[in-house]
Amino acid sequence: MEFQVIWFILWGVLWAVYFMLDGFDFGAGILSAFLPKSESDKRKILRAIGPVWNGNEVWLLTAGGATFAAFPTTYALMFSYLYTALLLVLFSLIFRGVSLEFRGIMDSEGWRKKWDVGIFLGSFLPALLFGVAFGNIFQGLPMDVSGYHGSLLMLLNPYGLLTGVLFVLLFVEHGSLFIAVKTDGDLSERAGRLAGGLWFALLAVAVAFLIHTYFATALYANYLNNPVLFAVPMLAVLSLLGIKVFAAMGQHLKAFYASCATILMVTFTGVVGLFPNLIPSNLDRNYSLTIFNSSSSIYTLKIMTVVALIFVPIVIAYQIWTYRVFRQKTTADDVSGKEAY
Amino acid sequence: MDVLGLSRLQFAVTSMFHFIFVPLTLGLSILTAYMESRYVSTNDEMYLKMTKFWGKLFLINFALGVVTGITMEFQFGMNWAEYSKYVGDIFGAPLAIEATVAFFLESTFIGIWIFGWKKISKKAHAVSIWLVAIATNLSALWILLANGWMQNPVGFVLRNNRAEMVDFTAMITNPYGWLKFTHTVLSGYVIAAFFVMGISAYHLIRKNNLDFFRKSFRAAATFGLVSSLLVFLAGDFHASYVAKTQPTKFAAMEALWETTREAPYSFLIIPDTKNERNHVEAVQIPRLLSFLAFGEGQAEVRGLKAFPKDLRPPVFPTFLSFRAMAALGILFMVLTVIAFIKSRGNSIETSTGFLRLMLYALPLPYLAGQFGWIVAEVGRQPWIVYGVLKTSEGVSKAISPANVLVSLAGFTLVYGFLAVVDIYLLSHYAKKGPDNDLSTLISPAAR
Ligand code: HDD
Ligand code: HEM
Ligand code: HEM
Repeated sequence: MEFQVIWFILWGVLWAVYFMLDGFDFGAGILSAFLPKSESDKRKILRAIGPVWNGNEVWLLTAGGATFAAFPTTYALMFSYLYTALLLVLFSLIFRGVSLEFRGIMDSEGWRKKWDVGIFLGSFLPALLFGVAFGNIFQGLPMDVSGYHGSLLMLLNPYGLLTGVLFVLLFVEHGSLFIAVKTDGDLSERAGRLAGGLWFALLAVAVAFLIHTYFATALYANYLNNPVLFAVPMLAVLSLLGIKVFAAMGQHLKAFYASCATILMVTFTGVVGLFPNLIPSNLDRNYSLTIFNSSSSIYTLKIMTVVALIFVPIVIAYQIWTYRVFRQKTTADDVSGKEAY
Repeated sequence: MDVLGLSRLQFAVTSMFHFIFVPLTLGLSILTAYMESRYVSTNDEMYLKMTKFWGKLFLINFALGVVTGITMEFQFGMNWAEYSKYVGDIFGAPLAIEATVAFFLESTFIGIWIFGWKKISKKAHAVSIWLVAIATNLSALWILLANGWMQNPVGFVLRNNRAEMVDFTAMITNPYGWLKFTHTVLSGYVIAAFFVMGISAYHLIRKNNLDFFRKSFRAAATFGLVSSLLVFLAGDFHASYVAKTQPTKFAAMEALWETTREAPYSFLIIPDTKNERNHVEAVQIPRLLSFLAFGEGQAEVRGLKAFPKDLRPPVFPTFLSFRAMAALGILFMVLTVIAFIKSRGNSIETSTGFLRLMLYALPLPYLAGQFGWIVAEVGRQPWIVYGVLKTSEGVSKAISPANVLVSLAGFTLVYGFLAVVDIYLLSHYAKKGPDNDLSTLISPAAR
């Protein structure tokens, strides 16, 4: 296989894993503004994501770094074209990070209230903006010989916004299942019920997205050329249904795994449709950024492949170990100190 | 200002802000890991208290290091798109490797360390902070190999309208990068040592928790002494490598205008950049500059006038920052020698004068580090990749001055806010002193 193709796959996997992992942090962060009935509830939620959110976020940094190393032209153009949108993502992530770390550090109601705003916005905005960004990438950006002709407002088109809403709903569903699994008592039950109810909204938006994709993008072309590929969106739909089935049976952990699969498969659905583009141009196909015209040299790709083959499995192994260390539910006892999340 | 000027300013602001937190992380992670290891091996609860107190300050600082780092990862693409396109083939690799081998390790095990006090064994817990310490230092290695490549590009050819990597080994063994790494992490250890000594001094003056802060001060003084000596040595090696690879930077560091054989070293120089000479050059040691640069007193050192004006860096900031850094470096050696000797006995709290000095010296190594970056980065101008690509050619084409103005204003506001929170939290917890109730764990969240 060509090295560009290997890196395209890795690129897709990095984003998909990032959304799967940080997705429940975003969802839990959004829900931390609505679901808790008490300070103790709130701390349970934040305590559940506390040990892992930073490790999850590094998948984003790696996706960014891998784009730079493997497809430097895409890294350069994507981030300079989407300058202001990316800036908003950066500021949101900055606020999320400090809010999660600093909320519990002082024992004061007023202090915690302020950081709560940061946790909510820092979770909601990136979820929405990543969706908007990917929706626009699926559609293609207005690029031609003289560069980029878009603007921040143009990104907020119906399809982009629809993808944004899809991402938010996916992550909130994912987060509520995570909370259902990782907490106990009333909070866990309410999270489970919310996931059950929210699922219908998610289904509606997902169907709208799949249909709108047909009209707004060229993503289905690859599928029509090679119908075997339809397995990917089919798996996305199946796992989406799986969420509901397991949630209805009260099997939150299985439902959570199903929502992991849903996020992976939704991302792959988009990525498979993009191939071999990383960012298509919707003005002139000759100016699309493809894995061939924007990649690093084969030499660099080879080196990076070796590095990835050695280190990514190690990373996965110790991250799984971390989840095992923290596999127990967070209980009221865990968060009863006077200074706590 | 145009996009170039604004982007430069923004890069300087964001990277120098990141570098407020980075060096303390590099050094304090090691000191905290040392304290916890002592606790594990001696079972002395004093060391557990130390781990928790210094660990808390470490975590406050660490959080800001992380969030300001996210900006760094993306702004090459945002503001320096032409640069990223041109050298991404070789420059992107160390960045991606840094994330894969270092950031994952550090961010995963910091989570284990904060929340794992009751979940894993004492030993495993101490191992996790060591892994954090190793990972942060590894991250420094990779980013400095990247920066070292910009300073001294190796292992590439110009092909397909860009720089392509042909020799990965050359890039990861680039002496410039390793010198930079050695010098920079050591400077971080100096910062951490002064941080711990300064805060300990604050409490020793007030006779709080004497035993606790004596021990902390002693550990930091030893660490600081070794690091101060080594950072000086490394800096010296570094400077002579600069003389070989970046003659323009070296000449600017020393404000040397004329190419000189047997160049003397002048302790007092007042540069006159307009007339391309120095107002004052006094207190000289003959041939020392030639010796510092090339290891022999006879050597010829090229002066700024040997290079066209448009290839010379700004002389004044480069010169002044270098002098300030080196002078501070010498001061640190003196201070740490005294601190080391005084901390041997059991009565350092009686030297209140010296302790007060150490408290006020706390910010100085930070300053030295910032000066260091000014030498390295301003001294490299007008090149973004020395001898290969000009800074003005590296800037993004797709962004407007308004874009960058908005982002620069945003960063200034957000970072200003973060700085206030950071200083508030650090001084709150530093002044509060260690918690004597060991049932409370290090992280608020783990309680
Ligand atoms: C000498 C060391 C050094 C230098 C020059 C830099 N960094 Fe840094 N960086 C660190 C040493 C470090 C660190 C000590 O490893 C940090 C600080 C706190 C932390 O969590 O890790 C870190 C954090 C950090 C993070 C957050 C990691 C996380 O989420 O856990 C990112 C993305 C970057 N850095 C990226 C950069 C980039 C792109 C730089 C170049 C311009 C850069 N850093 C300069
Ligand atoms: C944390 C590490 C770094 C620090 C603290 C740092 C520091 C600085 C400083 C102080 C400046 C201001 C120079 C000026 O205004 O003239 C600067 C400029 C710059 N540096 Fe670095 N630097 C770092 C790493 C890097 C790396 C890895 C790159 C790789 C691209 C880089 C690229 C630049 C660029 C593009 C500029 C703007 C051009 C300029 O003004 O000189 N720096 N940096
Ligand atoms: C005492 C004698 C010292 C000497 C001779 C020295 C030498 C140097 C030189 C030549 C550079 C420029 C490297 C380049 O252009 O790329 C540099 C950079 C730097 N210095 Fe120093 N230094 C000294 C002390 C210190 C101290 C005490 C600190 C901080 C505590 C420090 C922190 C730094 C940093 C952070 C950089 C930028 C990174 C780098 O380029 O390595 N230095 N130093």
